[in-house]
Amino acid sequence: MGVLTPELLVRAEEIKARYPAGRERSALMPLLYLVQSVDGSLTREGLREVGELLGLTTAEVEAVATFYTMLRTRRTGTHVVSVCTNLSCALRGARDVLEAALDASAMPAGEETTEDGLLTVHEEECLGACDAATVVQIDFMNHDRVTPERVRELIATLRAGQVPTPSRGTAPSDFRHASRILAGVEEPS
Amino acid sequence: MTGPVTSVVTANWDDPTVFRLDGYRAKGGYEGLRKAVGMTSAEVIELVKASGLRGRGGAGFPTGVKWSFVPQDTGKPTYVVANFDESEPGTFNNREIVEREPHRFLEGLAISAYAVGSHTAFIYCRGEFLWPGQILDAAIRDAYAEGIFGDSVLGSGYAVEVVLHRGAGAYICGEETALLSSLEGHRGQPRLRPPFPAVEGLYEAPTLINNVETLATIPSILVNGPEWFAGIGPERSPGTKIFSVSGKVERPGNYEVPMGTPLRTLLEEHAGGILGGRRLKAWTPGGSSTPMLTAEHIDVALDFESVAAAGSLLGTGAIIVMDETDCIVEATRRLLQFYAHESCGKCTPCREGTWWVSRVLSRIELGYGRPEDLPLLDDLGTNILFKAFCALADGAVSPIQSSLRYFRDEYEQHIEEHRCPFARRGPGAEGVIAPEGVGVGA
Repeated sequence: MGVLTPELLVRAEEIKARYPAGRERSALMPLLYLVQSVDGSLTREGLREVGELLGLTTAEVEAVATFYTMLRTRRTGTHVVSVCTNLSCALRGARDVLEAALDASAMPAGEETTEDGLLTVHEEECLGACDAATVVQIDFMNHDRVTPERVRELIATLRAGQVPTPSRGTAPSDFRHASRILAGVEEPS
Repeated sequence: MTGPVTSVVTANWDDPTVFRLDGYRAKGGYEGLRKAVGMTSAEVIELVKASGLRGRGGAGFPTGVKWSFVPQDTGKPTYVVANFDESEPGTFNNREIVEREPHRFLEGLAISAYAVGSHTAFIYCRGEFLWPGQILDAAIRDAYAEGIFGDSVLGSGYAVEVVLHRGAGAYICGEETALLSSLEGHRGQPRLRPPFPAVEGLYEAPTLINNVETLATIPSILVNGPEWFAGIGPERSPGTKIFSVSGKVERPGNYEVPMGTPLRTLLEEHAGGILGGRRLKAWTPGGSSTPMLTAEHIDVALDFESVAAAGSLLGTGAIIVMDETDCIVEATRRLLQFYAHESCGKCTPCREGTWWVSRVLSRIELGYGRPEDLPLLDDLGTNILFKAFCALADGAVSPIQSSLRYFRDEYEQHIEEHRCPFARRGPGAEGVIAPEGVGVGA
């Protein structure tokens, strides 16, 4: 079974066309986002199809995919919750926010994705919004000044099948949708 | 212009209409670009040189000089790349520039393309900046629709295409050669310089790379003239700068002040003072990669020369503030966790050294430190500094060496008492998750 549908193959060619002729390898990262938007993470088959589009081996594609944290080759939740614990957020209580997030999501010890596959919760490096510490992203949309109580509310909202309203912008429906935006194939609202 | 100039890039931030193209134009937006395309490219470069503007991305290299290094007679295409991979811990002004007034940055980008004879501009947007990326996507489309980008920039006949490219989560891609590797579809690992990107950058062609704040400063310089800009702040570090203030202050945020403003002024008059009326203990002048300074340095003027004279670096102007209740060992440990995570793995001193140092710091913080750990940290720092390919490794050494210089007694106290004196939850660090094997070897 192919990952990329005929519609997505058209999109893939549009992505390649953004870059100068002969330099289509530049499309590798957006194409990986495109594949990720289908399966919610990068599968072996997805890596292979991207390689086929660019004339690269699956190993070459995988070497790139595994370098970047937003390209996910591991099991990934429907939603990805990232808690910044770098210094500016740590000074404002980020460790407690992370612990509350792991607790509220009933994360098994040492894991980053819940058993039901709804949530991936992980510690994140500086998200460039340190005035709003502690910063939490849900599917890469920012939630400012998050407290342990607030992160529990955010996770309860996700558990209830809704997506919390971010501090700025409009939230994607889930991690797959965010990946589609990152591939650059979604018209901005 | 009368009175002291305090805002150049942030002047319109209180006005939500400048978020859109029409609102930006109503405030005189894109007049700098109009002026630029009426000049020769060499004149634009000379004008930026005369302003004395220095790059805001961390290194402080004179922007006009950098532009003049891009050869325009190679027969290859010339590229400009905007570095919007803002990831230096504590730094958040590029994001706010784009979230409030995206066209000011795009205007600067178009001016830079015209100045160096480039027809293709790439924006490398940090992947985690999903919303700022969407803002830029829409703003670029609007600018095309209005004839600002495309075949004929503002009717000049000069063509500029703009391509938005999103990163995927890697701090190292803020380093310009790693950024180029990433943009070409490879792992984000740095390249040997020379050749410098100006000569052989993207696709082995001449490439100009600028930071977002640098580019957002350009339009006002075109409109008001280089003398105006050069007249703000100290002679060798002219202009204003947006300082990102975070950590233990009452009002964290981005504050644009003239270069050379003392930290004391920034903290007391803008950021509302230290949180809860506590005392300043330590601060970084330019993000986590710049050596931390102490309360004794509160009157240091924030410009490239003065901060260097005080033993640190202005970097990105990211002031992370720590107060008397914060543990320096834990702060340093968290920063080294960051560098160990973000090391691209190319060079052994960085890849192995950051990991090793973070483990040693963890055991000290958790109460398992040994007296010989301090000379070990000194030695590891020396063996990482200037021994790797790019500045990520040197940045990792900054918190190690500066914390040992100013707060060695705090390290010693951890080791002697077998505990963190600042921990609020009993022995061991506040919430530090013990890495495997801590205290039993290594």
